[in-house]
Amino acid sequence: MQISRLSFSMSRLKKTANQLFTDGRLNWVFIIPSAILLALFWIPFLALLLRSFNSEFFQLALSEQALKALRLSLFTSTITTIATVIFGTPLAYMLAHWRIRFKSWVELLIDLPIVLPPSVAGLTLLIAFGRNGLFGPLLGLFGVTLPFTTAAVVIAQTFVASPLYIRSARVGFAEIDKQLEEAALVEGANQWQLFAHVMLPLAGRALVSGAILTWTRALGEFGATILFAGNLEGVTQTMPMAIYLGFERNLGIALALSVVLVFVSILLLTLTKRLEKRE
Amino acid sequence: MKRFLSIALLLTLFLAACAPSTPVATQPPARHTLTVFAAASLTDAFGEMGKNFEAANPGVAVTFNFAGSQSLRTQIEQGAPVDVFASASGKEMDALVASQFAADGTSQIFLTNKLVVILPANNPAGLQTLEDLAKSGVKLVLAAEEVPVGNYARQALDKMNGSFGADFKDKVLANVVSNEDNVKQVVAKVQLGEADAGIVYTSDAIAAPDLKSIEIPADLNVIARYPIAALTKSENADLAAAFIAYVLSPEGQAILAKWGFGPIQ
Repeated sequence: MQISRLSFSMSRLKKTANQLFTDGRLNWVFIIPSAILLALFWIPFLALLLRSFNSEFFQLALSEQALKALRLSLFTSTITTIATVIFGTPLAYMLAHWRIRFKSWVELLIDLPIVLPPSVAGLTLLIAFGRNGLFGPLLGLFGVTLPFTTAAVVIAQTFVASPLYIRSARVGFAEIDKQLEEAALVEGANQWQLFAHVMLPLAGRALVSGAILTWTRALGEFGATILFAGNLEGVTQTMPMAIYLGFERNLGIALALSVVLVFVSILLLTLTKRLEKRE
Repeated sequence: MKRFLSIALLLTLFLAACAPSTPVATQPPARHTLTVFAAASLTDAFGEMGKNFEAANPGVAVTFNFAGSQSLRTQIEQGAPVDVFASASGKEMDALVASQFAADGTSQIFLTNKLVVILPANNPAGLQTLEDLAKSGVKLVLAAEEVPVGNYARQALDKMNGSFGADFKDKVLANVVSNEDNVKQVVAKVQLGEADAGIVYTSDAIAAPDLKSIEIPADLNVIARYPIAALTKSENADLAAAFIAYVLSPEGQAILAKWGFGPIQ
């Protein structure tokens, strides 16, 4: 008897709820949680702008330390993006169009750096490519030591940021109509022609938006870099590092650099949005 | 929509049913937490003292935050809830007194520390003396200038200019490959063998017995005096005072001596 009463009240409850949703009176069920989450996103940026825009802003944003960090960040993240496109495009193409054994395992390994804490990334890089790491002695034979160099910054960024490009490119290649591929092959195109003249132009947008995502992520890389590359002004001190250290020394520089980084990121994200829309 | 609603309702009922009961069941009565922010060099010694203090005060849990003193000072200034601050330099404590997070005249020096050069066990750069730090190609890791130990190291290099030539400090600083954020990170980089040498506290060298070291003679060394104080915003003033008393007690001082710290002078 109790169960029947419960189900009776449940059905009545549903009815009233339906009524309320149709009236629009229950729309707050969607609006309030969304507003809370959006506030969480936006209030910190508002606070950052309010705190940092003062008479000292430009002086701090243009200080020598800030400019050195900005220059190094732009340089390393650009190299990272170029390297990612060169090495990542063939990989993404293979993953999308070739039959490969253990493909899902390969894909899992590629996605791993996206979810791993950057500190884990930095530690693994250090014990792999550090002077006493697994491959350190081998590199040493060629006179190469990576830690504490700008090259180490690029490697850390590539490790953390290139999976974003590979993911985007893989999807871009996979979405191309199979019939187009077959038509090209019937016409006598070889694998390279198929790739260069059919696949690459058609996946172009996905490649560019993936490259921008990688660039943005590389620009923000911090945890892996500080462990693997250390911190030296002009050599390994990128913007995120200058912000972290500035927090303890000169809050003004940290705030000014944060604002610069926020605006660069907004610019790059707008660019990717544009590219996605044009499809 | 119907399904969404019934799921939401079930979820609410489920949460309502289990939420209050779990914490009540596992929570022991009246537990106090003492939060101590301490210089990274104190990691081992304070870790041991924390355990002893908990054992001697049932119902009290001691939580530590070990980092560069300049980091801790910033966190305190930004409103971190802290009961006790132990700094590796008077500068950070003075700043907190100036901003009224610590009351004037309440901080006490509780230990001294001095500097030493550490090397990886296999000494890859073949360093034998202090003067070798200026050899070109040596990969030296220091703490950043703003970190107490990084500041002391630069003071010591100033003193060495008098003995080893006026450009000694510049040559050594040109060998710096990284300015780390606290002393333990300097130790880690040397322990991993990535750096050829680092300048840290003698207490850090004792905590890492696998490393080689080069002593810095007293006339070239810098004595670090660590102050400790209860903070004005502490809600556990009694516990904070008890912990500081323990650090200053013969037992606390013996533990500090065991970890390589010098006595109050």
